Amino acid sequence: MNTDRRENLLARRSAILAAILVGVLFLLLPLLAVFVEALRRGLPPALEAIADPDAIASIRLTLLVAAIAVPVNTIGGVAAAWCITKFDFPGRGAMLAFIELPFSVSPVISGLVWVLLFGAQGWFGPWLQERDIQIIFALPGLVLATVFVTFPFVARTLVPLMQEQGRSAEEAAATLGASGWQTFLRVTLPDIRWALLSGVLLCNARAMGEFGAVSVVSGHIRGETNTMPLHVEILYNEYQFVGAFAVAALLALLALVTLGAKAVLERYSGMLGAML
Amino acid sequence: MHITGVLSSLQITRRALTASLPGIALAGRAALGQGTSQLLNVSYDPTREFYRAYNAEFARQWRTRTNQNVQIRTSHGGSGRQARSVIDGLQADVVTLALAYDIDAIAERGLIAPDWQKRLPDNSAPYTSTIVFLVRKGNPKAIRDWGDLIRDGVGVITPNPKTSGGARWNHLAAWAWARRQPGGDDASAEAFLSRLYRNVPVLDTGARGSTTTFAQREQGDVLLAWENEAHLAFEEFGRDKFEIIYPSISVLAEPSVAVVDRIVDRRGTRALAEAYLQGLYTPEAQALAAKHFYRPRDAQARASAGDRFPTLELVTVDAEFGGWGEAQRRHFDDGGSFDRVYRPAR
Repeated sequence: MNTDRRENLLARRSAILAAILVGVLFLLLPLLAVFVEALRRGLPPALEAIADPDAIASIRLTLLVAAIAVPVNTIGGVAAAWCITKFDFPGRGAMLAFIELPFSVSPVISGLVWVLLFGAQGWFGPWLQERDIQIIFALPGLVLATVFVTFPFVARTLVPLMQEQGRSAEEAAATLGASGWQTFLRVTLPDIRWALLSGVLLCNARAMGEFGAVSVVSGHIRGETNTMPLHVEILYNEYQFVGAFAVAALLALLALVTLGAKAVLERYSGMLGAML
Repeated sequence: MHITGVLSSLQITRRALTASLPGIALAGRAALGQGTSQLLNVSYDPTREFYRAYNAEFARQWRTRTNQNVQIRTSHGGSGRQARSVIDGLQADVVTLALAYDIDAIAERGLIAPDWQKRLPDNSAPYTSTIVFLVRKGNPKAIRDWGDLIRDGVGVITPNPKTSGGARWNHLAAWAWARRQPGGDDASAEAFLSRLYRNVPVLDTGARGSTTTFAQREQGDVLLAWENEAHLAFEEFGRDKFEIIYPSISVLAEPSVAVVDRIVDRRGTRALAEAYLQGLYTPEAQALAAKHFYRPRDAQARASAGDRFPTLELVTVDAEFGGWGEAQRRHFDDGGSFDRVYRPAR
């Protein structure tokens, strides 16, 4: 009995130690390396790299793509989660599985599908070219690829919560004569808002950081279709290591701020929820 | 006035939708003013530094000649991949790629006239280059020629010939050397390359990736590199870290340039695009090419480069391999010699 407990304690402690070790080695250390490399020659060269016109263009483009992709996925994700959890319809299970498709497909494929559809040799290529509409190697392509890759984040955060909450509140609202829209705004949304926010933030972090799919549809035009992750790669390939890591550090900071906001939200959501 | 305003804002909307990033590009273009044209040069990996210098030079010349501003955008990557992007709709006014075959591939889709190679002097290749070896300082593995690359324990860094133009030149140079050895023929050359690729730990997609792998991540003992890329690594990482080895024989690489007809005709940039490529043959541009370690065509630029470009036996793809179409088919298409000899390292 006594030895059992001691063994339990030992197991627990070694598990904690292993988790911390893995965390430091595989998560903290690489992140630290980015900042160390960025500041290797001091702050001024790093700031200079970020102030470069091509870098500024990449920062703006990244924020713009996220600013379009995240709202689209927020609306799409909420709608998908709402349908799946509040209604019964044939193909519900399939739809649930479908939402996760972007998670399981390689980002390269997520980019290539758009080239196959909208590239000059693609299905709609000739039609688009006749009308002088550029989708691939331009902003629309970058947005499409990002939307595709980040679609699951909002829906996946909401579905388990909404499933758990069940449908009784909505059904009660309906019997009291609320319209679908009223039910959503007054009953469903208040219940899911914190989870929704955290899903949106995760979605945003990924939208800004996506590399693979975006790389395929970008065309890599400097100052025009390079997002921050692509710009990091370009600088790295041009031997501008300080610049590459400076932009990488900024990107990491954006992600960290996003994740920090998410953590704060989760911590205080109960308190804030009570206040609001 | 009012109508013009509405019209121009409509045009702007259309442009924003069709061209690229609405807000940003708009602001950028508005700031550039009326007389500014844009040109997109889709190039291969190692030309970044050269074209950055040439773009500034050309923009200056164009301004004095026409009183117009020009903004030149560039895109760089593995040559084959870049050609693929242009085929898929990347709006390149000009392509400046690693080898004629990649431009032929674009021409096959009807974007460039089939006779493009005859439209500019010297096979439309304003500068040439060759393939050399970059080894670590002191040449610890004593690598002198192609034959040394297949020794045990020699790590060879070269990119993937399926995506990289430079890698195809590497492959062909090694092939030409092996075939010229005593008793050499196609079979012995294939056997040689098979042993060579066994010493290759990683295939990057482009030449620049391979240089970074070799120089920054310190993988391998020898990098098969463009001459200019080897010199650039020298400059970037310090002369005390590497040595350049000139093998007994290599290839005359002719990176070619062409105007993308269908795109310049649609965008109305033909005059500008043609001037941009013709400008590569001017003494100023030739001197810039030499400065960035491309072998200039211009005799004077060549002379003033001094001993920067050692002479060595250079075989041409036309004489040795029957042209790029044939070389591509026999060596790099599916089932070609590369597919037969390459086995990923254990």
